[in-house]
Amino acid sequence: MLSDRVGFPHKVFGLLSKQPKQNTWFQRFPSLGAGGGNDIQWCFSQVKGAVDDDVAEADIISTVEFNHSGELLATGDKGGRVVIFQQEQENKTQSHSRGEYNVYSTFQSHEPEFDYLKSLEIEEKINKIRWLPQKNAAQFLLSTNDKTIKLWKISERDKRPEGYNLKEEDGRYRDPTTVTTLRVPVFRPMDLMVEASPRRIFANAHTYHINSISINSDYETYLSADDLRINLWHLEITDRSFNIVDIKPANMEELTEVITAAEFHPNSCSTFVYSSSKGTIRLCDMRASALCDRHSKLFEEPEDPSNRSFFSEIISSISDVKFSHSGRYMMTRDYLSVKIWDLNMENRPVETYQVHEYLRSKLCSLYENDCIFDKFECCWNGSDSIVMTGSYNNFFRMFDRNTKRDITLEASRENNKPRTVLKPRKVCASGKRKKDEISVDSLDFNKKILHTAWHPKENIIAVATTNNLYIFQDKMN
Amino acid sequence: MSRKVELSLLLYGLLLSSMGEEEGLHQTQFLDTMFVRGLKRKCFDGEEDIEGTLAGIKAIPSYNLQRQSLLDMSLVKLQLCHMLVEPNLCRSVLIANTVRQIQEEMTQDGTWQMINTQSTGQASLDRLVSTDILCRSSRDQAEGKHVPAYGTFNKDFESDQAQDSSETMSTASSVQAPRNLQSNVWEMENPQENKGNFQKSLDQIFETLENKSPNSVEDLFSEVDNSYYDLDTMLTGMMSNTKMGHCDNLETFSTPTNTASNSNCKSDLNDLDHIVEILVES
Repeated sequence: MLSDRVGFPHKVFGLLSKQPKQNTWFQRFPSLGAGGGNDIQWCFSQVKGAVDDDVAEADIISTVEFNHSGELLATGDKGGRVVIFQQEQENKTQSHSRGEYNVYSTFQSHEPEFDYLKSLEIEEKINKIRWLPQKNAAQFLLSTNDKTIKLWKISERDKRPEGYNLKEEDGRYRDPTTVTTLRVPVFRPMDLMVEASPRRIFANAHTYHINSISINSDYETYLSADDLRINLWHLEITDRSFNIVDIKPANMEELTEVITAAEFHPNSCSTFVYSSSKGTIRLCDMRASALCDRHSKLFEEPEDPSNRSFFSEIISSISDVKFSHSGRYMMTRDYLSVKIWDLNMENRPVETYQVHEYLRSKLCSLYENDCIFDKFECCWNGSDSIVMTGSYNNFFRMFDRNTKRDITLEASRENNKPRTVLKPRKVCASGKRKKDEISVDSLDFNKKILHTAWHPKENIIAVATTNNLYIFQDKMN
Repeated sequence: MSRKVELSLLLYGLLLSSMGEEEGLHQTQFLDTMFVRGLKRKCFDGEEDIEGTLAGIKAIPSYNLQRQSLLDMSLVKLQLCHMLVEPNLCRSVLIANTVRQIQEEMTQDGTWQMINTQSTGQASLDRLVSTDILCRSSRDQAEGKHVPAYGTFNKDFESDQAQDSSETMSTASSVQAPRNLQSNVWEMENPQENKGNFQKSLDQIFETLENKSPNSVEDLFSEVDNSYYDLDTMLTGMMSNTKMGHCDNLETFSTPTNTASNSNCKSDLNDLDHIVEILVES
């Protein structure tokens, strides 16, 4: 027997092959994530945003991002505003639920602009928000619209100086001649005020629309990517950026491919990837040359000839790319699937998950109504064991990489009570529709979940519908 | 008449001619079943006989028609102007690639040649497929269905006119104007002179981006007249301008240099977009 030859005792082999028992360590500590997507029972926690069905264009959520500790949750919308929610400190008496997220700060990040040279409006819609790791009492984030990136400082003020000699308490100046004694001003507590101020504005570096920003692991530089170029910035320097990728052809007539997303490697400060509209991902090393037009690695899956159609290229276009926290894997989202790639293997992904395969037969309709161009994002959980992405009809999907099980859930106000466990949903692709299933034709393609985020440490997720933000967490016993 | 305007008329004609087809853009369910598995169309079996092959075209169900519908739909998507905001480059590139793909396939299986031979009686098998073919076929269709197509159009406009909107009036009058001009253009049109190369039209889509970049400030200021924006906005839908494509293009026929106000053009465009939308979906 093999175990004899390699010297393993039978007993050990037997243990390794058994199924895990109930009440093992990962059942009791679900936040470690090893329990699996289906072992987690997701409950409704909160919903933010207007209730009425009439959606104001400016309220459409365009990006969602947790900060590095998970205490803060930022959203950007089409109106150029950033809203930051803060998690309440956990209440010892309410040990069965985690702290709620409440509004912490709201500010107008970007305003609409007009490009006079091209006679075009520049939208104020926030395309991406990325948090910087916290270094001092203040929080910093980068927010970007199509053309300009801004570094915002969010700081708290809970004290103010009182007892000035030359100023009254209301701010009026005192006549110096009336001052008879001197006193030292002291800081006194005040109601908490959260201030957001723009510290840097990185402008005029992009001809095309910015689709991604990514902060380097050195925490000093970051990249910004538009349709054809990627620029490298230093967080302190606003009047200069370095172009590191340029795929613009000399003759624009030959343009057939654009950059769709880009991200720095979480650990290696000279490595980044960018995805394209043709379904390829290129990994580049900035040490190789100043202009990283030649990739170090090219990740591409050969096309399945049996599935070939006029829409093959469009649905292969990658809408999002995210490294795992470990840095070993990366995930890409194309129109119908989520793929996990091992950075060491370029010729095919190691895992592929179908998000809504039932849409494959509807591609022409989806092309006509432009839904085929929707850009869905994807995210990892804290332990890289589960991935999540959105779909239509306000459905979102989670895939457990270990158990290979998946679940479909819905973000709707119908399950409004906190700690109500969400019921799994199912779409009936064809044939007889079972009870509780939804047929493909009755899906609402206007209700799409493009943006989702997972708390870096806990099983708390933020899911954005068109204009509402849902927060779900796992059921704590 | 400038080449740019010719080309924009061509595409506009395409749009209208596709409306007149029985199996139109609205039958996307049918299209879905055709495209679901990316089925290759039935082979022509290399028949040399033209008549036989023509019969073959009619017998082959709708793959060619569906493909043509997809082509028309894609061109419409590229055409429709957006408002003041630059449209999505990624989307435009993907649509343009789809159009190229269809064109290549049509070239390969000789469909283009078939249509060419059918309409002109010339067999120029060596000639690279260009918009010549597309022009002629669509022109034939358009001229044949000229009156009904425009008739429907005018009817819509007449009902809009009842709403007593001055902007709609101007759009209506400007739509009627090209009807006469269009037939004149295409009758006078010499195939050899037609520079509306299909590939070129796609290329111009991306070229206009170049032209609009800050580097070519001189270009921007050299041609301030309306025709500069016409083709760009019509073809690409990318270069949205305060002087919008559709209304502006059509207005050039009624009044030479028309400096319409922004709001006027916007509502013109809204009306026209709305009507086009109705026609596409009807």
